[in-house]
Amino acid sequence: MADIFNTLAFYLQKPFVVNAVIVGVLIALCSSLLGVTLVLKRYSFIGDGLSHVAFGAMAVAAVVGFTDDMPLVLAVTVISAVLLLRMGKNAKIKGDAAIAMISVGSLAVGYLLMNLFSTSSNISGDVCSTLFGSTSILTLSPFDVWMCVILSIVVVLFFVLFYNRIFSVTFDESFAQATGQRANVYNLLIAIVIAVIIVVSMQLVGSLLISALVIFPALSAMRVFKSFRSVTICSAIVSVVCALTGLLTSILAGTPVGSTIVAADIVVFIIFSIIGKITGGKE
Amino acid sequence: MPQIKCNDLSLGYGSREILSGLSFEVGAGDYLCIVGENGSGKTTLMKTLLGLQKPLSGTIEFSDGVTAKEIGYLPQQTDVQRDFPASVREIVLSGCLGRMGMRPFYNSDDKALAEKNMERMNITKLQKRCYRELSGGQQQRVLLARALCATRKILLLDEPVAGLDPKVTAEMYELIAGLNREDGVTVIMISHDIDKALRYASHILHIGGECFFGTRDEYRRVRKEKEAENDG
Repeated sequence: MADIFNTLAFYLQKPFVVNAVIVGVLIALCSSLLGVTLVLKRYSFIGDGLSHVAFGAMAVAAVVGFTDDMPLVLAVTVISAVLLLRMGKNAKIKGDAAIAMISVGSLAVGYLLMNLFSTSSNISGDVCSTLFGSTSILTLSPFDVWMCVILSIVVVLFFVLFYNRIFSVTFDESFAQATGQRANVYNLLIAIVIAVIIVVSMQLVGSLLISALVIFPALSAMRVFKSFRSVTICSAIVSVVCALTGLLTSILAGTPVGSTIVAADIVVFIIFSIIGKITGGKE
Repeated sequence: MPQIKCNDLSLGYGSREILSGLSFEVGAGDYLCIVGENGSGKTTLMKTLLGLQKPLSGTIEFSDGVTAKEIGYLPQQTDVQRDFPASVREIVLSGCLGRMGMRPFYNSDDKALAEKNMERMNITKLQKRCYRELSGGQQQRVLLARALCATRKILLLDEPVAGLDPKVTAEMYELIAGLNREDGVTVIMISHDIDKALRYASHILHIGGECFFGTRDEYRRVRKEKEAENDG
């Protein structure tokens, strides 16, 4: 046991590990906040689709040869989020089909571009790390860390300031709109924030596993807690604890970061489901 | 003086017209029941009154100090709400959001208003409970308390007794009638149940097929005449 702590202490002296922990905690916090809204508004798919768009954008950035690909990826993902939301309303191709189309489309094009133009000798390794985020969290540049800190602050501020409105728009959009709240504007803001969260989270778990980071903590919290506020607070705590556990485990055991975190989320979900069954009584 | 006046409304989606030539007015303290077959455009009319969709033609005028935003709305339940983790208090408070402008959080006035309306609906004891675990009747009371936080003047109710058992249905009707009688709240209700509508409403709007708008007694007379014609 003492050995483990010694190893941990050793690693925690390294700046790259400290960076990874800071970024990991912030990402976990942000991604969990809008989880409840996403799950209940049936936006989970949009999150999934956007993460694939982000992958495509990343491939383009790599091919063009950007050193810091985040600004481009962020811009493309936010624009796609806005488009998806607009399309959902009055398009000939209905919401979920449009999302599926855009998401697999950008996945394919991204992979194609990487294969055609990549200068790296290890293409499948690159692709794997973009999809599953294997080590990118441990190789963050100072720019990445700052970008992540700033975006996290923006997301948390947005969430706190609009907390009551997010609740209202999620619970009952028609009522919100009928009583003079600009529901469309809030939906748009929510979609944009989701896009931001996804781009930031890609570094932690890679684009395929992002949805898990967003959805699992919210679903776990919903098993046990009954009010919007307690569910939100609980899912934030669950998410941060799982991210920390997963991150440290993966450093110690040498497992891939993203999948270890998601595995921790799954374990918590199972535990919370059991607790919910025992205490909930109903169902 | 009418609070809402509709002139020659046509309603529908895109190029499909569901209703046309609809004119009626709602005065302060009226209890208007909108009745009609399924698919005759009742919910569309309600959405138009709330400003959720535009009429194809015609106008809706609000006057007597009422604006479109000051209408309290009791929507039909949605799937999302059935598994939404929210306490009763959180939901009732959210009715205050419309009058908050840019202010991000609730102040003590909002909380007092929510308390008052929970008391009015007799759900103060439930305020910490989870919405999805309440019975159908209790859920409707919660949504009614929320609607009352959004308005003091007009309530729009979309099938408020759908899915409730007869006893709870009767309680719900009494509750709504009480708001209309004692607090002077104007009530506009969509209903299937013509008998109940005739018992509580002051005015009837029948849409689909032949449109009718008038007081309850006029509606009764017209119905009787029609029945007599049919018999004869």
